[in-house]
Amino acid sequence: MLDAIIVMSGLALFLGGVLGYASIRFHVQGNALVEKIDAILPQTQCAQCGFPGCRPYAEAIAEGRADINQCPPGGEANIHKLADLLGVEFKPLNAEHGEPKPKSVAYIDENTCIGCTLCLQACPVDAISGAPKQMHTIIAQECTGCELCIPPCPVDCIVMVPVESSIANWKWKPPMKEVA
Amino acid sequence: MRQLYHFNGGVHPPQHKDQSTIDPIRIPPLPEKLIIPLHQHIGSSAKALVQPGERVLKGQMIGQPEGHVSSAIHAPTSGKILSVGMEPVPHPSGLDALCVILEPDGLEEWIERVPLDPEMDPGTMRTKLKDAGVVGLGGAVFPSFIKLNPGSKNKVRTLILNGAECEPYITCDDLLMRERAFEIAEGAKLMQRLLGAEEVVLGIEDNKPLAIEAMKSAGGMEVVAVPTVYPGGGAKQLIKVLTGVEVPAGERSTDLGVQCFNVATAASVYRAIRLGEPVLSRIVTITGNVAQPGNYEALIGTPVDHLIRQAGALPGSSGAIMGGPMMGIDLPSTHVPVVKAMNCVIVKSEALFPKALDPMPCIRCARCAESCPAELQPQELYWFAKAKNFGKAQEYALFDCIECGCCSYVCPSHIPLVQYYRYAKSEIWAQEREKKASDLARLRHEFRVERMERDKREKAERLAQKSAQAKEL
Amino acid sequence: MNSPYITRSPSVTEIMVKVLAALIPAIAADVWFFGPAVLVTLALASVTALVLEAFMLRLRGRPVKPFLMDGSALLTAWLLGLSIPPMAPWWLIVTGTAFAIVIAKHLYGGLGSNPFNPAMVGYAVLIISFPVQMTQWLAPASIAQSHLDFSSILDYMFFHALPANTGLDALTSATPLDTLKTQLHLDKSMDAIMSLPIYGTIGGKWMAAAYLAGGLYLLQQKIVSWHVPVSFIGTIAILSGALHLVDPAHYASPLFQLASGATMIGAFFILTDPVTGPTTPKGKLLFASGAGFLTYVIRLHGGYPDGVAFAVLLMNICVPLIDAYTQPPVFGKKK
Repeated sequence: MLDAIIVMSGLALFLGGVLGYASIRFHVQGNALVEKIDAILPQTQCAQCGFPGCRPYAEAIAEGRADINQCPPGGEANIHKLADLLGVEFKPLNAEHGEPKPKSVAYIDENTCIGCTLCLQACPVDAISGAPKQMHTIIAQECTGCELCIPPCPVDCIVMVPVESSIANWKWKPPMKEVA
Repeated sequence: MRQLYHFNGGVHPPQHKDQSTIDPIRIPPLPEKLIIPLHQHIGSSAKALVQPGERVLKGQMIGQPEGHVSSAIHAPTSGKILSVGMEPVPHPSGLDALCVILEPDGLEEWIERVPLDPEMDPGTMRTKLKDAGVVGLGGAVFPSFIKLNPGSKNKVRTLILNGAECEPYITCDDLLMRERAFEIAEGAKLMQRLLGAEEVVLGIEDNKPLAIEAMKSAGGMEVVAVPTVYPGGGAKQLIKVLTGVEVPAGERSTDLGVQCFNVATAASVYRAIRLGEPVLSRIVTITGNVAQPGNYEALIGTPVDHLIRQAGALPGSSGAIMGGPMMGIDLPSTHVPVVKAMNCVIVKSEALFPKALDPMPCIRCARCAESCPAELQPQELYWFAKAKNFGKAQEYALFDCIECGCCSYVCPSHIPLVQYYRYAKSEIWAQEREKKASDLARLRHEFRVERMERDKREKAERLAQKSAQAKEL
Repeated sequence: MNSPYITRSPSVTEIMVKVLAALIPAIAADVWFFGPAVLVTLALASVTALVLEAFMLRLRGRPVKPFLMDGSALLTAWLLGLSIPPMAPWWLIVTGTAFAIVIAKHLYGGLGSNPFNPAMVGYAVLIISFPVQMTQWLAPASIAQSHLDFSSILDYMFFHALPANTGLDALTSATPLDTLKTQLHLDKSMDAIMSLPIYGTIGGKWMAAAYLAGGLYLLQQKIVSWHVPVSFIGTIAILSGALHLVDPAHYASPLFQLASGATMIGAFFILTDPVTGPTTPKGKLLFASGAGFLTYVIRLHGGYPDGVAFAVLLMNICVPLIDAYTQPPVFGKKK
C-alpha cells in the first residue's frame, strides 16, 4: 500500500516537473503569438469584431478575451487557420459580428461630396485622399472595404462597389470530384 | 553529329498534322473589323494611344508599352478606330479585356517602314524590338527584347531555335519553316549577335522532314532532327535534348549559357529589324472539324470565326480550342480575336474529342510520374491539391509543373490531374495577392496610428508650452 | 472541359483484366496438380467478393456499376482463393473473402484508399484464426494415398463429409515449406529432408513457373515495373544463397526458396499491387527488398511456414514513410 502511494506520488511529482519545465522551456512569447494571429487576420481594420482594429483583436484572442469567430471579412477560412494555430476547435462565424460579404471597395460620388474630411478621419488605412472643401477620392488599391467611412458622411455620398472579377484576379475552378 | 540527350517520360499522342499541311500558308481576306487586345504579352498591358474615330495606318503603334516588362501593339492594317473598350478575348476565364476595335478601310496604307542597320548598337536594337511588339510566338508571349539581353555577367553559348512543334494538330511552325526559312535564318543571325552566342542550333522533331530540309538549305545554323515525343517542344525539354542542360524552375536559362526562341519569333525579329515591320500578323493553324484544314497568315485581331469560315466548319462542331489538344484552352466563343499567342484553333466535335470519362479514385499506379517530363510525383501533387493542402503541394514542387498534360493523358482513372494543378496554382497566387494586400493595409494602419499618436503628443506639447508661457507672463 | 482533351490510357478495368489473365497459367497448373476443387474455391471466392463489393458500395452510397466493373474485387478474390488450400471448407473461403473486401478494402475507403493488401489481410486472418484448416493442403495427385472424385470433394467442402473409410490425413499433406520447418526442428539433415516424397513431386516448381510466366507477361505489358519483382526475388535469393553456402545442412537452397510457397505470386501479383505499395522507383526497390527480408526471416524463425503475407502487411505499414523519404529530385534540381 505504502509502496503504491510512494510510486504514484513520485510519478506525479516527476511528471509535474516535466510539465512545468516544458511550460517554461517551450513558452510561447505573448507577443509572438499576437504577431501570428495578426498575420492571419485580414487587416481590414473594420472593427466588426468589436475591437478597434485587427491588432487589438489579435491581442484579445491571445489573451483569451475574444473568440476566434468574430471576424466576418476573414470568413471561415480564417477561423480554420486560427483554430489550427491555437489548437482549438473550429467554430462557425458568430453572426452577431456580421456576415462575410464579397470583397468591395468604397466609392465616393464626387458630385455630391462636400469636402468635409470626416471620411478621411474615419479611414483606418488612409486610403482616401482629399482636403477640406475639396472632393475626396478613394484610392481603390488601398481600400480594405471596411465601410467605416460610410456612417460619418453627412451627405451619404459613399457607396460600396463589389470588386469585379477580371483576368488579373481570375482563378481556375477546382475540378469536379471523382465518382468516389 | 550532335549528341542528343533524353528527358524523362513524355507521351506519343496521335499526330493529326497531315491534314493541315497539304496547302501552303493561305492569306485570308480582310475581316470587317479587327479586335486588337492591348494585353497580348506577359507583363503589363500596353496603354492605348488612339481615340475612337481616329484613322490609323498599317503598322502604326496603337498601344504603348508600359513599364519594363511590356510590349507594343500595332494597327494590323489601315482604317478607322471604332472604339476602345472591353471585349471578349481568348482566355480560359471567358472574361473581357481592353481592346481596340479597328475597321479596315481596305487600302493597306503603311506607315513609313524604315529598315534598320543590322549592325546597330544592341541596346537600341532591343528597344526597337520592344516597340515593334516582338514577343515569343510559341505561346508564352514573353517580350523577346528581355530574353535577348544576356546581361553583363553571363555568357550565352548556345542559341536554340525551337521548331519542334510537338503538340498534335499544330503545324504553323512547320509551314513557316518550309516557306520562310530565309526569314528565320536571318532573324536567328540578329538574335545570335544580340546574345553573343557561339552557336545557333535549331531543333525540329523528325516528323517534319520538309521543314528540316528547308532549314538546312537556309544555312547559318545547325539543324538537328530531334525524336518526336510530346512535350519535346517545351523549351526546357528541347534545351535538355540538345545540350543536356536542365534549367530548373525559377531560373533563367541564360544563367546556364542557353537561350531558346520559337522559330516564328526569329522571323518576326527579322521583319522588325530588316524590314521595319512590327508584328501585325501570325500564322494560325485552323484544323479539327473543318472542311479544309490549313494555315492562315492572320492579322492580329482577326475574329477567329472569320478564319473558321474560310476553312469551312463542318456540321457537328461544338466550340473551339486555342492551342493544341494537350495544353490548349477552350475559347469562350469563336468571336474572340487572333492574338500573338494563338498558334492553332481546333474546331471541336464530339467525334474528335469525346467527352471525358468520369474520374475514378487514384490507384497509385504512378504512370503519371513515369510520364512526367518535369520529373514530379503528380499523384502526390494531386492528393495535396485535392485536400487544399497548398503548402505541401508547393513543397512537392507544384510550380515546377509545366502543365503539359502527360499525367492526365496516361491516367487510367481519368483524373483531370492538370486541372488540379492549375486550380492549386491559382489559389496560391490569390492567397499571395491577399497576403500582400493585407500586409499593405497593416502597414498603412500602423503608420496612421503612429501619426495620430504623434499629432496628439505634439498637440499636448504645444499646449504645455503655451500654458508655461502663459505662466511666465 | 479542359486540356488535355485527349487521353489514351488503359483504364483501371483493362489493367485488372490483364492481371487476372496473367493468373490463368497458375490457375491451370493449380487445377492440374490439385484437381477441380481449386475452381470451386475460386468461384466461391469470386461470388462472395462481388456480392459483398456491391453491397458495400451500395451501403457507402457509391455508384455500384463502375466499381464492380473495375475488376479489383475479382482480383482480390482470385489471389486469396489461390492462397487458400484447395478443398478448404466453404466457410473458410467466405470468411476470408469477406474480411478482405469488407474490412480491409471498404472500411478503409474502398479502391485506392486501403493501406493493406486486401487479399493478404484475408489470408492473415484465416491463418491466424484457423491454422489447422489453412495448413491442410491436398497432397499432390502423385503422392496422395487416396483420391476423391469431384462430388466427394464438394461434399467435403460444403458439408464436411468424407466418404466412409477415407481419412483426411490420407488426402492431405504438409506443404514443402511446412515440412522443411518441422523436419529441421527434428534435427534432420537437409539431405534427408529433401529426399522425402513431398520433394520428389514437381508441383511446387511448376506452380512457381506458372506464376513467373504470368508475371513476365505483366512486365511485358508494362502493368508492373521491374523494380518490385527483381528486388523481392533478388533479396530472397541473396539471403538464402549466402546462408546456404555457409551451412547447406541447415539452410535450403535459394532455388528451393524461390520455387516454394508464395514467393512468385508475391513477387509479381501481391507486392505489385499499386494501391498498397510505394510509388517511387527507389521506394519500390526498398519496399520489395524489405518484404523479401521479412519473408525469409519468417520462413527461418517465424511460427508459420511461409511469411509472404505477413511480410507484405508489415511493409504496407511502411509505405507512406518510404514514399516520403524516396521522393526523387525534380527536373533541373538534381545534385
